[in-house]
Amino acid sequence: MNVCILSGKGGTGKTTVSVNLAVLLKTDYIDCDVEEPNGFLFLGPEHVTKENVPVDYPVFDKTKCTLCGNCASACEFHALANTKKSILLFPELCHGCHACELVCAPEAIGYRQRMVGVVEHGEAKGVRCARGVLNIGENMAVPVIRRLLGSLAPAKHRILDCAPGTSCNVTTTLKHADAAVVITEPTVFGLHDMSLAVELLQKRNIPFGVVINKSGGTDRLIEHYCLAHSIPLFGRIPFSRTAAQAYSRGELIGELPEMKSAFEQIARNMKEAFAWN
Amino acid sequence: MKIGISSTTGNEKALVDPRFGRCEAFAIIDTETSAIQFLDNAAKTAAGGAGIAAAQQLLDAGVEAVCTGNLGPNAFRVLNEAGIKAYRVNEMPLMDAAKLLKDGKLDEISQAGRAHAGMGGRGANR
Repeated sequence: MNVCILSGKGGTGKTTVSVNLAVLLKTDYIDCDVEEPNGFLFLGPEHVTKENVPVDYPVFDKTKCTLCGNCASACEFHALANTKKSILLFPELCHGCHACELVCAPEAIGYRQRMVGVVEHGEAKGVRCARGVLNIGENMAVPVIRRLLGSLAPAKHRILDCAPGTSCNVTTTLKHADAAVVITEPTVFGLHDMSLAVELLQKRNIPFGVVINKSGGTDRLIEHYCLAHSIPLFGRIPFSRTAAQAYSRGELIGELPEMKSAFEQIARNMKEAFAWN
Repeated sequence: MKIGISSTTGNEKALVDPRFGRCEAFAIIDTETSAIQFLDNAAKTAAGGAGIAAAQQLLDAGVEAVCTGNLGPNAFRVLNEAGIKAYRVNEMPLMDAAKLLKDGKLDEISQAGRAHAGMGGRGANR
């Protein structure tokens, strides 16, 4: 079973919950937030293997190109421009979809590859872990996420640590989801962005529950919402300075004595809700 | 000379829009006859590459010069490679900008400005 961890709002604790649950439940941990992958900071895997992620880009045979501009018109991502003197390519916008090749009557287009990111695999604290890392300056995360999710070793259970928001980066990861957990914080902002994630999960018919992180006096905001929408609340992680300090040192907060029961309860409720064996 | 000006709306009451890729419309003005036409900027809501698509529209419309407030690096590259010069103008009525250009009173935009300047502080790709 693949359990996706998402949140809507950034910074609510997706990675904190993901790495701690993976270690507690002895599942594989997959960091799919390739724009800012930080799960490895807490797991510290060793013997990490690395593989580059390529994306195709078009090259033009100037002896065949008639400068008709059909390629530039066909490009959904505006990665090509026809200046009537040459065809300009903006590689960082090219998704490597080959639409330009389909509309090029004189067959003047070939392809080369450029590397946009890296997929890494390792092992730490008894769990296998993997992540994608988008290269600096690149803005297309999806090819890296696809390559990451296509490279996974067979596993009974995995925790998939998603990107924030509800963008392509999240929906690409959700294609591999059997279930999901939404991590939120008891703030109006947390609730608002969580409701977007909830809408996405409902549209995809993915079973899910909610965890309140930084739980304190205002949990009712989230509790009311969950009750009104019949969403199970898997648990809460108390707001704690000790936990924040441990986190800042790159430690697993689930191992703190005052946090242990909170994570155990979340794991129990999650396993029960998703009929996880 | 046929010129393209980034415009706040698609009618003659418009002002010059300081944004290029994300402007509402382009005014295509013939500086000899003062004839004016408007092109809706199909790139204004593009997810990415708006400057490139906007510059392509102006090239396809056959303009020989461009007036706008700011050109990002990609739009600048397209116009530059096509040999089309761009000139910097402030917000003002379109025909005033056309007259300033005709009288040679505008400065050429000789290098690209900041990317995503016309996106109100939001970056791309979110």
